[in-house]
Amino acid sequence: MQLRQVAHLLDCDVLSGQDRLDREMNRGFAADLMSDVLRFAPQGALLITGLSSAQSIQTAEIADMGAVLLVSNKRPADDALAIARGRNLPLLLTAHGMFEACGLLFRQGFGAPLTTEYSSRATE
Amino acid sequence: MDRDVLYRETFRIKGDAFEHGGEVATHIKTLLKQFGLAPDIVRRLSIANFEAEMNVVMYAREAELELLVYPDVVRVVVTDRGPGIADIAWAMQEGHSTATAEMRARGFGAGLGLPNIQRNTDELTVESTVNVGTTLRYAVLTAKPPEAGQ
Repeated sequence: MQLRQVAHLLDCDVLSGQDRLDREMNRGFAADLMSDVLRFAPQGALLITGLSSAQSIQTAEIADMGAVLLVSNKRPADDALAIARGRNLPLLLTAHGMFEACGLLFRQGFGAPLTTEYSSRATE
Repeated sequence: MDRDVLYRETFRIKGDAFEHGGEVATHIKTLLKQFGLAPDIVRRLSIANFEAEMNVVMYAREAELELLVYPDVVRVVVTDRGPGIADIAWAMQEGHSTATAEMRARGFGAGLGLPNIQRNTDELTVESTVNVGTTLRYAVLTAKPPEAGQ
């Protein structure tokens, strides 16, 4: 699914990376705990989070996430928005809550990391 | 051995500066990409650097992060001045953390940092003296020589 379809499905405001909406997204990872993103999230996935501070954008950048979706209408802090725009990282904002957003994406065929990845080494 | 070093730079990390947390790791990530290292190597090093940087931000007063790029390995040494770690074996286990509520509210402090550095690197040693500080040394083996210094 293209990122623009994600934006349409969840009625998002696209706050950054408007020219990257043709990016293909087929996996998601949802967390407010960035420690979990750094530990468990697969590369290139959509980061679904309620953490609207700069840390979520920095984490997405470090962990090679394909885009960030902020849920529950949690508008990003000014520094978070500036970092996302500076790096042209797609940043989407939806009024849906985390559970709804994940559910709607799942229903459209969005995948999640396999549970086995939660115990494997990064290098395997 | 140091005759082989292709690139060396030392970065300062300030403790308690949450608003800057991640800037050093992000800057180094850009460098590592320019050196032509494979994306998964860059990602593993960047995650380790970010975890180490956030540990300094959360717990220490200040630190230096030294980046050493060799033809077949990237080494990082993070030396902080801070409270130190009383029980390293305890801190190396997932879920073990002394984080405050504020750290957790910012999305960190889950007790995954040191184990995640270990998971993403090929070598890790941790030395610490309580009330003095902690030194992390980690390394990631690189498959082909990077193009640093050319």
